[in-house]
Amino acid sequence: MLDIIVPVIVVTVIGLIAGLGLALASKFMAVPTDQKQEQIRDCLPGANCGACGFSGCDGYAEAIAKGETEPDKCAPGGAETASKLAEILGVEIDTSPKIAFIGCAGNREVTAVKYGYEGMMSCAAANLVYGGPVACEYGCIGYGDCSKVCPFGAITMVEGKPVVCENECVGCGKCVSACPKGVISLIPKGAKERVACNNKKKGAPVVKNCKVSCIACGMCEKACEFGAIKVVDNLAAIDYDLCTACGKCKEACKRGAII
Amino acid sequence: MNKVTMITSILLAGILTNNMVLSKFLGICPFLGVSKKVKTAVSMSIAVTIVMVIATAVTWPLNEYVLREKYNYLQTVVFILVIAAIVQLIEIFLKKYIPPVYKALGIYLPLITTNCAVLGITLLNVQDGLNYGLSLINALAAGLGFMLAMVLFAGVRERLETANVPEFLKGLPITLIAAALVSLSFLGFAGIGG
Repeated sequence: MLDIIVPVIVVTVIGLIAGLGLALASKFMAVPTDQKQEQIRDCLPGANCGACGFSGCDGYAEAIAKGETEPDKCAPGGAETASKLAEILGVEIDTSPKIAFIGCAGNREVTAVKYGYEGMMSCAAANLVYGGPVACEYGCIGYGDCSKVCPFGAITMVEGKPVVCENECVGCGKCVSACPKGVISLIPKGAKERVACNNKKKGAPVVKNCKVSCIACGMCEKACEFGAIKVVDNLAAIDYDLCTACGKCKEACKRGAII
Repeated sequence: MNKVTMITSILLAGILTNNMVLSKFLGICPFLGVSKKVKTAVSMSIAVTIVMVIATAVTWPLNEYVLREKYNYLQTVVFILVIAAIVQLIEIFLKKYIPPVYKALGIYLPLITTNCAVLGITLLNVQDGLNYGLSLINALAAGLGFMLAMVLFAGVRERLETANVPEFLKGLPITLIAAALVSLSFLGFAGIGG
Protein backbone atom coordinates (compact mmCIF):
# COMPACT_ATOMS: atom_id res chain seq x y z
CA MET A 1 0.00 0.00 0.00
CA LEU A 2 2.75 2.38 1.00
CA ASP A 3 4.45 1.67 -2.30
CA ILE A 4 1.54 3.31 -4.07
CA ILE A 5 0.72 6.12 -1.69
CA VAL A 6 4.23 7.50 -1.26
CA PRO A 7 4.98 8.00 -4.98
CA VAL A 8 1.54 9.55 -5.47
CA ILE A 9 2.23 11.97 -2.64
CA VAL A 10 5.73 12.70 -3.95
CA VAL A 11 4.50 13.55 -7.44
CA THR A 12 1.55 15.54 -6.09
CA VAL A 13 3.76 17.57 -3.79
CA ILE A 14 6.26 18.30 -6.55
CA GLY A 15 3.40 19.28 -8.84
CA LEU A 16 1.94 21.52 -6.17
CA ILE A 17 5.27 23.19 -5.50
CA ALA A 18 5.80 23.78 -9.21
CA GLY A 19 2.28 25.12 -9.62
CA LEU A 20 2.54 27.36 -6.60
CA GLY A 21 5.90 28.67 -7.75
CA LEU A 22 4.46 29.52 -11.13
CA ALA A 23 1.39 31.15 -9.63
CA LEU A 24 3.56 33.29 -7.36
CA ALA A 25 5.95 34.12 -10.18
CA SER A 26 3.16 35.19 -12.52
CA LYS A 27 1.76 37.36 -9.76
CA PHE A 28 4.97 39.05 -8.69
CA MET A 29 6.61 39.26 -12.08
CA ALA A 30 3.52 40.14 -14.06
CA VAL A 31 4.10 42.58 -16.89
CA PRO A 32 1.28 45.07 -17.29
CA THR A 33 0.00 44.89 -20.85
CA ASP A 34 -2.07 47.55 -22.52
CA GLN A 35 -5.66 46.47 -22.03
CA LYS A 36 -6.86 48.41 -25.03
CA GLN A 37 -4.29 46.67 -27.21
CA GLU A 38 -5.52 43.26 -26.07
CA GLN A 39 -9.11 44.24 -26.77
CA ILE A 40 -8.16 45.42 -30.24
CA ARG A 41 -6.19 42.25 -30.89
CA ASP A 42 -9.22 40.15 -29.97
CA CYS A 43 -11.32 41.92 -32.58
CA LEU A 44 -8.83 41.36 -35.39
CA PRO A 45 -9.30 38.20 -37.46
CA GLY A 46 -5.82 36.81 -36.83
CA ALA A 47 -5.07 35.96 -40.45
CA ASN A 48 -1.78 37.89 -40.18
CA CYS A 49 -2.11 38.76 -43.87
CA GLY A 50 -0.22 42.02 -43.55
CA ALA A 51 -2.69 43.94 -45.71
CA CYS A 52 -2.74 46.68 -43.07
CA GLY A 53 0.95 47.27 -43.66
CA PHE A 54 2.06 46.03 -40.24
CA SER A 55 3.92 42.87 -39.28
CA GLY A 56 0.67 41.08 -38.43
CA CYS A 57 -2.42 41.40 -36.32
CA ASP A 58 -0.34 41.91 -33.17
CA GLY A 59 1.69 44.65 -34.79
CA TYR A 60 -1.44 46.36 -36.08
CA ALA A 61 -3.15 46.14 -32.68
CA GLU A 62 -0.11 47.74 -31.05
CA ALA A 63 -0.06 50.54 -33.62
CA ILE A 64 -3.77 51.26 -33.19
CA ALA A 65 -3.47 51.23 -29.41
CA LYS A 66 -0.65 53.76 -29.63
CA GLY A 67 -2.73 55.88 -31.98
CA GLU A 68 -0.21 55.57 -34.80
CA THR A 69 -2.72 54.42 -37.38
CA GLU A 70 -6.40 54.28 -38.29
CA PRO A 71 -8.69 51.37 -37.33
CA ASP A 72 -9.97 50.84 -40.89
CA LYS A 73 -6.83 49.21 -42.30
CA CYS A 74 -7.89 45.62 -41.65
CA ALA A 75 -9.05 44.30 -45.02
CA PRO A 76 -10.04 40.72 -44.10
CA GLY A 77 -12.03 41.95 -41.11
CA GLY A 78 -13.81 44.44 -43.31
CA ALA A 79 -16.54 46.74 -42.07
CA GLU A 80 -17.45 44.57 -39.11
CA THR A 81 -13.97 44.66 -37.60
CA ALA A 82 -13.50 48.33 -38.40
CA SER A 83 -16.71 49.32 -36.63
CA LYS A 84 -15.82 47.15 -33.63
CA LEU A 85 -12.40 48.78 -33.44
CA ALA A 86 -13.95 52.21 -33.82
CA GLU A 87 -16.22 51.40 -30.92
CA ILE A 88 -13.27 50.47 -28.72
CA LEU A 89 -11.42 53.63 -29.68
CA GLY A 90 -14.54 55.78 -29.52
CA VAL A 91 -14.22 57.16 -33.04
CA GLU A 92 -16.35 57.01 -36.16
CA ILE A 93 -15.18 55.77 -39.52
CA ASP A 94 -16.58 55.13 -42.96
CA THR A 95 -16.88 51.45 -43.71
CA SER A 96 -18.05 49.95 -46.93
CA PRO A 97 -16.95 46.49 -48.00
CA LYS A 98 -14.74 46.33 -51.06
CA ILE A 99 -13.84 43.53 -53.43
CA ALA A 100 -11.16 43.03 -56.01
CA PHE A 101 -12.18 43.52 -59.61
CA ILE A 102 -10.15 42.38 -62.63
CA GLY A 103 -10.33 45.40 -64.88
CA CYS A 104 -9.61 43.57 -68.13
CA ALA A 105 -11.98 41.48 -70.18
CA GLY A 106 -9.34 40.44 -72.69
CA ASN A 107 -8.43 36.81 -73.23
CA ARG A 108 -6.55 34.66 -75.70
CA GLU A 109 -9.46 34.83 -78.15
CA VAL A 110 -10.22 38.53 -78.26
CA THR A 111 -6.79 39.93 -77.51
CA ALA A 112 -3.91 39.78 -79.97
CA VAL A 113 -0.63 38.16 -78.98
CA LYS A 114 2.67 39.96 -79.38
CA TYR A 115 5.06 36.99 -79.20
CA GLY A 116 5.32 33.45 -77.87
CA TYR A 117 6.49 33.53 -74.26
CA GLU A 118 8.22 30.46 -72.90
CA GLY A 119 9.59 31.48 -69.54
CA MET A 120 8.66 31.40 -65.89
CA MET A 121 4.89 31.23 -65.60
CA SER A 122 4.60 34.43 -63.66
CA CYS A 123 3.08 37.75 -64.70
CA ALA A 124 5.88 39.67 -63.01
CA ALA A 125 8.52 37.71 -64.98
CA ALA A 126 6.64 37.88 -68.29
CA ASN A 127 6.10 41.61 -67.81
CA LEU A 128 9.87 42.12 -67.82
CA VAL A 129 10.09 40.80 -71.40
CA TYR A 130 8.67 43.65 -73.50
CA GLY A 131 5.67 43.96 -71.22
CA GLY A 132 4.54 40.37 -71.62
CA PRO A 133 3.17 38.36 -74.55
CA VAL A 134 -0.20 40.12 -74.65
CA ALA A 135 -0.40 42.77 -77.37
CA CYS A 136 -2.22 45.25 -75.13
CA GLU A 137 0.39 46.77 -72.84
CA TYR A 138 -2.22 47.44 -70.14
CA GLY A 139 -3.98 44.08 -70.25
CA CYS A 140 -4.02 41.01 -68.06
CA ILE A 141 -1.10 38.68 -68.80
CA GLY A 142 -2.97 35.73 -67.33
CA TYR A 143 -0.25 33.78 -65.49
CA GLY A 144 -2.08 34.12 -62.20
CA ASP A 145 0.20 36.15 -59.90
CA CYS A 146 -2.98 37.50 -58.31
CA SER A 147 -4.34 34.00 -57.78
CA LYS A 148 -1.07 32.87 -56.17
CA VAL A 149 -0.85 35.82 -53.81
CA CYS A 150 -4.48 35.68 -52.61
CA PRO A 151 -4.42 34.51 -48.96
CA PHE A 152 -8.08 33.53 -49.11
CA GLY A 153 -8.12 31.49 -52.32
CA ALA A 154 -10.66 33.89 -53.78
CA ILE A 155 -9.07 34.15 -57.22
CA THR A 156 -9.10 31.14 -59.52
CA MET A 157 -7.65 30.90 -62.98
CA VAL A 158 -10.26 29.91 -65.59
CA GLU A 159 -8.87 29.39 -69.09
CA GLY A 160 -5.95 31.70 -68.46
CA LYS A 161 -8.00 34.45 -66.86
CA PRO A 162 -8.36 35.29 -63.17
CA VAL A 163 -11.89 35.09 -61.79
CA VAL A 164 -12.72 36.65 -58.42
CA CYS A 165 -15.10 34.74 -56.20
CA GLU A 166 -16.95 37.66 -54.66
CA ASN A 167 -18.08 35.73 -51.63
CA GLU A 168 -14.54 34.72 -50.74
CA CYS A 169 -12.88 38.05 -51.53
CA VAL A 170 -12.40 40.29 -48.52
CA GLY A 171 -10.83 43.17 -50.40
CA CYS A 172 -7.40 42.95 -48.76
CA GLY A 173 -5.78 44.36 -51.89
CA LYS A 174 -2.87 41.92 -52.06
CA CYS A 175 -3.70 41.09 -55.68
CA VAL A 176 -3.83 44.79 -56.50
CA SER A 177 -0.18 45.18 -55.61
CA ALA A 178 0.79 41.79 -57.08
CA CYS A 179 -0.48 42.62 -60.58
CA PRO A 180 2.39 44.11 -62.61
CA LYS A 181 -0.09 45.69 -65.00
CA GLY A 182 -2.26 47.35 -62.38
CA VAL A 183 -5.31 45.66 -63.85
CA ILE A 184 -6.95 44.92 -60.52
CA SER A 185 -8.69 47.54 -58.44
CA LEU A 186 -10.86 47.53 -55.34
CA ILE A 187 -14.46 48.46 -56.00
CA PRO A 188 -17.50 48.59 -53.70
CA LYS A 189 -18.99 45.17 -53.13
CA GLY A 190 -22.08 44.65 -55.26
CA ALA A 191 -21.19 47.36 -57.80
CA LYS A 192 -23.27 46.68 -60.91
CA GLU A 193 -21.45 48.66 -63.60
CA ARG A 194 -17.76 47.95 -64.06
CA VAL A 195 -15.25 49.08 -66.63
CA ALA A 196 -13.47 45.91 -67.68
CA CYS A 197 -10.60 47.60 -69.45
CA ASN A 198 -7.36 49.12 -68.32
CA ASN A 199 -6.13 50.49 -71.64
CA LYS A 200 -5.07 54.13 -71.48
CA LYS A 201 -4.34 54.63 -75.17
CA LYS A 202 -6.59 55.43 -78.10
CA GLY A 203 -6.56 55.00 -81.83
CA ALA A 204 -6.18 52.14 -84.26
CA PRO A 205 -3.76 49.91 -82.25
CA VAL A 206 -6.24 49.74 -79.39
CA VAL A 207 -8.95 48.40 -81.69
CA LYS A 208 -6.53 46.00 -83.35
CA ASN A 209 -5.03 44.67 -80.14
CA CYS A 210 -8.24 43.80 -78.35
CA LYS A 211 -11.83 43.35 -79.37
CA VAL A 212 -13.25 44.40 -76.01
CA SER A 213 -11.12 47.45 -75.30
CA CYS A 214 -12.27 50.89 -74.21
CA ILE A 215 -11.45 53.29 -77.03
CA ALA A 216 -12.36 56.44 -75.11
CA CYS A 217 -15.24 57.27 -77.48
CA GLY A 218 -17.19 58.89 -74.66
CA MET A 219 -20.54 57.25 -75.49
CA CYS A 220 -20.95 56.10 -71.90
CA GLU A 221 -20.25 59.58 -70.60
CA LYS A 222 -23.03 60.97 -72.82
CA ALA A 223 -25.44 58.19 -71.88
CA CYS A 224 -25.04 58.66 -68.12
CA GLU A 225 -27.67 60.96 -66.63
CA PHE A 226 -25.92 61.28 -63.31
CA GLY A 227 -22.45 62.23 -64.44
CA ALA A 228 -21.13 59.12 -62.76
CA ILE A 229 -18.98 57.89 -65.63
CA LYS A 230 -16.18 59.98 -67.08
CA VAL A 231 -13.46 59.29 -69.58
CA VAL A 232 -10.18 60.06 -67.85
CA ASP A 233 -6.82 59.34 -69.53
CA ASN A 234 -8.64 57.72 -72.47
CA LEU A 235 -10.36 55.28 -70.14
CA ALA A 236 -13.89 55.28 -68.77
CA ALA A 237 -13.99 55.54 -64.99
CA ILE A 238 -17.03 55.16 -62.75
CA ASP A 239 -17.62 57.26 -59.66
CA TYR A 240 -19.49 54.79 -57.47
CA ASP A 241 -20.77 57.53 -55.18
CA LEU A 242 -22.87 58.85 -58.06
CA CYS A 243 -23.62 55.62 -59.94
CA THR A 244 -27.21 54.39 -59.65
CA ALA A 245 -26.65 51.16 -61.55
CA CYS A 246 -29.17 52.14 -64.23
CA GLY A 247 -27.20 50.26 -66.87
CA LYS A 248 -27.34 52.96 -69.56
CA CYS A 249 -23.57 53.11 -69.94
CA LYS A 250 -23.48 49.38 -70.47
CA GLU A 251 -25.98 49.68 -73.31
CA ALA A 252 -24.16 52.63 -74.82
CA CYS A 253 -20.79 50.91 -74.96
CA LYS A 254 -20.40 49.44 -78.41
CA ARG A 255 -17.16 47.69 -77.45
CA GLY A 256 -18.50 45.67 -74.57
CA ALA A 257 -15.91 47.13 -72.24
CA ILE A 258 -18.47 47.90 -69.53
CA ILE A 259 -19.87 44.83 -67.85
CA MET B 1 41.91 10.82 -14.51
CA ASN B 2 42.39 14.30 -13.18
CA LYS B 3 39.66 16.89 -13.18
CA VAL B 4 40.73 18.82 -16.27
CA THR B 5 40.86 15.77 -18.54
CA MET B 6 37.60 14.56 -17.09
CA ILE B 7 35.85 17.84 -17.90
CA THR B 8 37.45 18.04 -21.33
CA SER B 9 36.37 14.54 -22.19
CA ILE B 10 32.80 15.25 -21.04
CA LEU B 11 32.68 18.41 -23.12
CA LEU B 12 34.14 16.65 -26.17
CA ALA B 13 31.77 13.72 -25.81
CA GLY B 14 28.74 15.98 -25.34
CA ILE B 15 29.52 18.20 -28.28
CA LEU B 16 30.92 15.71 -30.79
CA THR B 17 30.83 11.96 -30.05
CA ASN B 18 27.57 11.78 -28.17
CA ASN B 19 25.93 14.73 -29.86
CA MET B 20 22.36 14.96 -28.62
CA VAL B 21 20.81 15.39 -32.02
CA LEU B 22 23.13 13.65 -34.41
CA SER B 23 24.22 10.63 -32.37
CA LYS B 24 21.43 10.10 -29.85
CA PHE B 25 18.66 11.39 -32.12
CA LEU B 26 16.99 13.41 -29.38
CA GLY B 27 15.39 16.77 -30.08
CA ILE B 28 14.82 16.04 -33.75
CA CYS B 29 11.65 18.17 -33.77
CA PRO B 30 13.37 21.53 -33.22
CA PHE B 31 16.31 20.27 -35.28
CA LEU B 32 14.02 20.00 -38.31
CA GLY B 33 11.53 22.67 -37.35
CA VAL B 34 13.63 25.65 -36.34
CA SER B 35 16.71 25.18 -38.49
CA LYS B 36 15.60 27.16 -41.52
CA LYS B 37 17.74 30.16 -40.69
CA VAL B 38 21.04 30.34 -38.82
CA LYS B 39 19.79 33.22 -36.69
CA THR B 40 16.70 31.48 -35.33
CA ALA B 41 18.70 28.27 -34.91
CA VAL B 42 21.16 30.10 -32.66
CA SER B 43 18.35 31.68 -30.58
CA MET B 44 16.70 28.31 -30.12
CA SER B 45 19.98 26.63 -29.18
CA ILE B 46 20.82 29.26 -26.59
CA ALA B 47 17.39 28.82 -25.03
CA VAL B 48 17.78 25.03 -25.03
CA THR B 49 21.25 25.23 -23.48
CA ILE B 50 20.06 27.50 -20.67
CA VAL B 51 17.07 25.29 -19.96
CA MET B 52 19.21 22.13 -20.03
CA VAL B 53 21.62 23.47 -17.43
CA ILE B 54 18.89 24.84 -15.15
CA ALA B 55 16.81 21.69 -15.52
CA THR B 56 19.79 19.56 -14.55
CA ALA B 57 20.54 21.86 -11.64
CA VAL B 58 17.04 21.19 -10.29
CA THR B 59 16.41 17.57 -11.26
CA TRP B 60 19.72 16.15 -10.03
CA PRO B 61 19.18 17.05 -6.35
CA LEU B 62 15.53 16.09 -6.71
CA ASN B 63 16.56 12.62 -7.83
CA GLU B 64 19.32 12.34 -5.25
CA TYR B 65 17.37 13.46 -2.19
CA VAL B 66 13.70 12.85 -2.97
CA LEU B 67 13.39 9.95 -5.36
CA ARG B 68 16.54 8.02 -4.36
CA GLU B 69 16.86 4.35 -5.31
CA LYS B 70 13.37 3.36 -4.33
CA TYR B 71 11.32 5.61 -6.57
CA ASN B 72 13.67 5.64 -9.54
CA TYR B 73 10.82 4.76 -11.84
CA LEU B 74 9.21 8.13 -11.16
CA GLN B 75 12.12 9.94 -12.81
CA THR B 76 10.44 10.47 -16.18
CA VAL B 77 7.17 11.77 -14.77
CA VAL B 78 8.75 14.04 -12.18
CA PHE B 79 11.36 15.40 -14.57
CA ILE B 80 8.77 16.29 -17.20
CA LEU B 81 6.79 18.10 -14.52
CA VAL B 82 9.80 20.00 -13.28
CA ILE B 83 11.09 20.92 -16.75
CA ALA B 84 7.68 22.24 -17.81
CA ALA B 85 7.51 24.38 -14.68
CA ILE B 86 11.07 25.65 -15.13
CA VAL B 87 10.49 26.66 -18.73
CA GLN B 88 7.39 28.60 -17.72
CA LEU B 89 9.27 30.21 -14.89
CA ILE B 90 12.13 31.25 -17.16
CA GLU B 91 9.60 32.68 -19.58
CA ILE B 92 7.94 34.79 -16.90
CA PHE B 93 11.32 35.89 -15.59
CA LEU B 94 12.61 36.92 -19.02
CA LYS B 95 9.39 38.74 -19.87
CA LYS B 96 9.74 40.83 -16.74
CA TYR B 97 13.46 41.48 -16.49
CA ILE B 98 15.04 40.91 -19.91
CA PRO B 99 12.31 41.71 -22.50
CA PRO B 100 14.71 41.88 -25.48
CA VAL B 101 15.78 38.28 -24.86
CA TYR B 102 12.15 37.28 -24.38
CA LYS B 103 11.24 38.88 -27.70
CA ALA B 104 14.20 37.29 -29.48
CA LEU B 105 13.35 33.79 -28.25
CA GLY B 106 9.64 34.29 -28.87
CA ILE B 107 7.82 31.05 -29.55
CA TYR B 108 10.94 28.88 -29.08
CA LEU B 109 10.93 29.14 -25.33
CA PRO B 110 7.56 27.45 -24.69
CA LEU B 111 8.46 24.91 -27.39
CA ILE B 112 11.34 23.67 -25.25
CA THR B 113 8.83 22.29 -22.75
CA THR B 114 8.30 19.41 -25.13
CA ASN B 115 11.90 19.12 -26.27
CA CYS B 116 12.97 15.57 -25.52
CA ALA B 117 16.64 16.55 -25.60
CA VAL B 118 16.15 18.43 -22.32
CA LEU B 119 14.39 15.51 -20.68
CA GLY B 120 16.99 13.20 -22.23
CA ILE B 121 19.99 15.00 -20.76
CA THR B 122 18.50 15.15 -17.26
CA LEU B 123 17.71 11.43 -17.33
CA LEU B 124 21.08 10.50 -18.82
CA ASN B 125 22.93 12.51 -16.17
CA VAL B 126 21.18 10.59 -13.43
CA GLN B 127 21.54 7.21 -15.12
CA ASP B 128 25.26 7.69 -15.80
CA GLY B 129 25.78 8.39 -12.10
CA LEU B 130 27.61 11.66 -12.67
CA ASN B 131 28.06 13.90 -9.65
CA TYR B 132 26.40 17.32 -9.44
CA GLY B 133 29.21 19.39 -10.96
CA LEU B 134 29.87 16.96 -13.79
CA SER B 135 26.14 16.71 -14.50
CA LEU B 136 26.00 20.47 -15.02
CA ILE B 137 29.02 20.37 -17.30
CA ASN B 138 27.47 17.50 -19.21
CA ALA B 139 24.25 19.46 -19.63
CA LEU B 140 26.22 22.46 -20.89
CA ALA B 141 28.12 20.22 -23.30
CA ALA B 142 24.86 18.72 -24.59
CA GLY B 143 23.47 22.21 -25.12
CA LEU B 144 26.56 23.29 -27.01
CA GLY B 145 26.39 20.10 -29.07
CA PHE B 146 22.76 20.89 -29.85
CA MET B 147 23.83 24.37 -30.92
CA LEU B 148 26.59 22.99 -33.14
CA ALA B 149 24.18 20.60 -34.83
CA MET B 150 21.53 23.29 -35.28
CA VAL B 151 23.91 25.87 -36.71
CA LEU B 152 25.59 23.38 -39.04
CA PHE B 153 22.27 22.12 -40.27
CA ALA B 154 20.78 25.60 -40.63
CA GLY B 155 23.76 26.40 -42.86
CA VAL B 156 23.07 23.29 -44.91
CA ARG B 157 19.39 24.20 -45.22
CA GLU B 158 20.11 27.75 -46.28
CA ARG B 159 22.13 26.26 -49.11
CA LEU B 160 19.31 23.83 -49.91
CA GLU B 161 16.94 26.76 -50.42
CA THR B 162 18.73 27.74 -53.60
CA ALA B 163 19.75 24.25 -54.70
CA ASN B 164 18.10 22.64 -57.70
CA VAL B 165 16.27 19.83 -55.92
CA PRO B 166 14.16 17.35 -57.92
CA GLU B 167 10.44 18.02 -57.54
CA PHE B 168 9.66 14.85 -55.57
CA LEU B 169 12.38 15.53 -53.01
CA LYS B 170 11.48 19.16 -52.32
CA GLY B 171 10.72 20.17 -48.76
CA LEU B 172 10.87 17.61 -45.98
CA PRO B 173 12.33 14.66 -47.96
CA ILE B 174 15.54 16.47 -48.91
CA THR B 175 15.74 17.93 -45.39
CA LEU B 176 15.66 14.42 -43.91
CA ILE B 177 18.29 13.20 -46.37
CA ALA B 178 20.51 16.15 -45.53
CA ALA B 179 19.98 15.48 -41.81
CA ALA B 180 21.01 11.87 -42.33
CA LEU B 181 24.20 12.94 -44.15
CA VAL B 182 25.13 15.43 -41.42
CA SER B 183 24.46 12.75 -38.81
CA LEU B 184 26.59 10.27 -40.76
CA SER B 185 29.48 12.71 -40.81
CA PHE B 186 29.32 12.93 -37.02
CA LEU B 187 30.03 9.19 -36.85
CA GLY B 188 33.55 10.18 -37.81
CA PHE B 189 34.03 11.61 -34.32
CA ALA B 190 33.43 8.22 -32.67
CA GLY B 191 36.49 7.27 -30.69
CA ILE B 192 37.60 10.79 -29.78
CA GLY B 193 38.28 11.05 -26.06
CA GLY B 194 38.17 7.27 -25.56
